[in-house]
Amino acid sequence: MNFDDTPEEAKFRAEVRAWISANAPHDLDEDLKKSGLAGLRLPGRDIMAESKAWQKKKADAGWAVPHWPKEYGGRGATPIERVVWQQEEGLYNQLAQPFAIGQGMCGPTVMAYASEDLKRKYLPKLASGEEIWCQLFSEPAGGSDVAALRTRAEKADGSDEWVINGQKIWTSGAQYSDYGILLTRTDPNVPKHAGLTMFIVDMKAPGVEVRPIHQMNGGRGFNEVFFENVRIHDSHRLGAVNDGWNVALTTLMNERMSIGSRLATGFPEIFGFVADFQLPDGPAIDNAAVRAKLADWAVKSSGLRYTAFRAISSLSKGERPGPENSIGKLVAGVMTQDIAKYAMELEAEAGVLTSQEDAPAAALFQNMVLNSPGMRIAGGTDEILRNIIAERVLGLPGDVRVDKNVPFNQAPGR
Amino acid sequence: MNFDFSDEQKQLRDSARRFLEKQSSVAVVRRVLEGDEGYDRELWQGLAEMGFTGAAIPEEFGGAGLGYLELCVIAEELGRAVAPVPFSSTVYLAAEFLLAAGNDAQKKNYLPKIAAGEVIGTFAYAETAGEVTAERIKATVSGGKLSGTKIPVADGSIADFAVVAAQSGSGLGLYLVDLTGPGVTRTVVDTIDPSRKHARIVFDGAPVEQLGSGDAEAVIAAVYDRAAVLTAFEQVGGSDRALEMARDYALERIAFGRQIGSFQAIKHILADMYVSATLARSNCYWGAYALSTGSAELPEAAASCRVSATKAFQHCSTNNIQVHGGMGFTWQFDCHLYYKRSNLLALNLGSLSVWENRLIARMRARNSARDAA
Ligand SMILES: Cc1cc2nc3c(=O)[nH]c(=O)nc-3n(C[C@H](O)[C@H](O)[C@H](O)COP(=O)(O)OP(=O)(O)OC[C@H]3O[C@@H](n4cnc5c(N)ncnc54)[C@H](O)[C@@H]3O)c2cc1C
Repeated sequence: MNFDDTPEEAKFRAEVRAWISANAPHDLDEDLKKSGLAGLRLPGRDIMAESKAWQKKKADAGWAVPHWPKEYGGRGATPIERVVWQQEEGLYNQLAQPFAIGQGMCGPTVMAYASEDLKRKYLPKLASGEEIWCQLFSEPAGGSDVAALRTRAEKADGSDEWVINGQKIWTSGAQYSDYGILLTRTDPNVPKHAGLTMFIVDMKAPGVEVRPIHQMNGGRGFNEVFFENVRIHDSHRLGAVNDGWNVALTTLMNERMSIGSRLATGFPEIFGFVADFQLPDGPAIDNAAVRAKLADWAVKSSGLRYTAFRAISSLSKGERPGPENSIGKLVAGVMTQDIAKYAMELEAEAGVLTSQEDAPAAALFQNMVLNSPGMRIAGGTDEILRNIIAERVLGLPGDVRVDKNVPFNQAPGR
Repeated sequence: MNFDFSDEQKQLRDSARRFLEKQSSVAVVRRVLEGDEGYDRELWQGLAEMGFTGAAIPEEFGGAGLGYLELCVIAEELGRAVAPVPFSSTVYLAAEFLLAAGNDAQKKNYLPKIAAGEVIGTFAYAETAGEVTAERIKATVSGGKLSGTKIPVADGSIADFAVVAAQSGSGLGLYLVDLTGPGVTRTVVDTIDPSRKHARIVFDGAPVEQLGSGDAEAVIAAVYDRAAVLTAFEQVGGSDRALEMARDYALERIAFGRQIGSFQAIKHILADMYVSATLARSNCYWGAYALSTGSAELPEAAASCRVSATKAFQHCSTNNIQVHGGMGFTWQFDCHLYYKRSNLLALNLGSLSVWENRLIARMRARNSARDAA
């Protein structure tokens, strides 16, 4: 039992480290260190421009998406090398945020289902950050139950084109995306999972309208996307007609592969905060009640860290990460929210302040309080993650499904 | 990275599990729980024959010289089987005190017998309610004779010898006491988990031998850290078994025409049990790593696995009963064996708040050391 790299891993790590130290945008170090959970803040700079610049630099040297095949913009790195890259990129990984969904979820789906021509057309630019992709799954009719979606794709008479009508919602990054993977309904006369089809959609095509949604934390990161008679050529279909559910599962499974990037929990932040913060009887960290809370979060935080190390060890033996990795976001989401609330509780009256100048700790915890509800919903709600653990890890029966085996257009709620 | 047990260690786990399924069956556990016998002799002998009691004892002292990772593996299986044997008292505590503070003669005298399963040892520490501190210890050694009362002493009624913390002219010290000798009166006391017997021991001029001459409190803290990791593995073994029992019952039991495991309220309880058991296991791996490598991280790792595993076993054993409904509250079903053991292990080495406090103090010390550097 050890944390050591194998000789090959160590060699790869040294190479990565050398390249990053020679090429990273070190002028951003201070701001990146301060960012983290409060969201990326680069005062006086254009975040997207900085992100694209770093991504392009990586791409030119073959580090953009190291685990992708060379011909699509990667360098054919192994899963464990991917983890090493993520660990070493560390701080600068915050700049990769606009590309995360595209490279993490859309790219692998395109790689698995698109024609060779399309792969060569789209993937290298997705890797290099020159083009940004989004994931168009959730709809007003269903996010957890995404298979209940209603956006229609119909084959245009006598042509090789599909016509799309409907609405997506909660689409992160749609406002600056060039392409998206779009899950649609192609057959409403069969049960819901059996009538779906996946496409690549050009977000600049006529009939696509993106409307940013104002989030509860003031941000506008996700969107409504409307499709009105948008035409997609059949060559841009991913997978067989009506096999979209299986294609979507490929997309969602790829979420699990990114186990190398550390999940933010807020623990280092609260630990640093209570070490300095003064209660009437001394530093908060010396207070017994504070210590009990801290200890609980400390062991969750170390528990997640070493759970990830165990997963990485399996990966390094060639095993594939499974549904047990749902544990990370489930623990981290609630924990971030609890930590933020507790820090504000210690700040007492001043905890209501939210400007960087006035609020204690430059409003870090206030930002976390307003961000964290989204963490517990995006990418699978806490409840869905518990269902996954219960059903797919522990082997408990699936939920009773009243819409199972019922044609979509006759299902309850339609 | 290879943050996992080796194939050989996994084989050891399998053979320990097979052995314990036979030798520490629920019938065996219940015999001790319900009877007057302090432990299961046959099981204890068997553990010694498998080389388990001496797993981490160096070969020069008659041990198997396997190592601490192997002992962690064994501890997990003992916890899973709620084994009714004085393993923790003898192996995690008495043997570790001897290794940490004993002189050559003392080690030669006791360790080979521990490895052979010929003696049972224990540590006699607490005297009153509340966190044990040096000031609270009133037992006193004077002129080589020990007087005072220790309660509760794990396996105190069956142990052949004890390491005793007691005061003398020069402060707190550690002493070896022959519990079968003069000046020792022991009575079994009722505890939360009768499958692991405890005793009140009254010392009235019992002859002692000093164990080490250094700072006794530091030795106790160091041995407790090691014992905390090993106990945490027992707790993780118990958590996993409680989770399995609840899962199996949820698949079996029908209510409202469905398996109860199809109700989300039950599923989510089980998912949360899985989460806490998994976090505890991962912390334990860290503890095992630190214990086996003698890493400077051990105090922090030990406190982390202690806190995490205590919470996990409490959580899993409690919810196991809930999932079983009325059956869970019966003597006949096995849920209470785990519930009781979890409550015992939660306190045996000092309570959760004590370890939480230790954990944060240690993390803080590490951070200030790093900042200073
Ligand atoms: C910040 C953010 C970014 C997002 N980005 C994207 C994106 O880029 N692309 C995209 O397609 N989607 C995106 N989403 C959508 C996200 O995937 C959904 O919001 C999520 O899956 C929940 O779906 P919903 O909003 O329809 O809520 P619902 O599914 O209606 O859930 C409402 C409540 O019901 C519970 N619930 C639902 N079903 C069950 C069940 N079977 N068992 C138990 N409880 C259940 C949920 O847990 C929740 O508490 C994003 C969401 C957020 C918050």
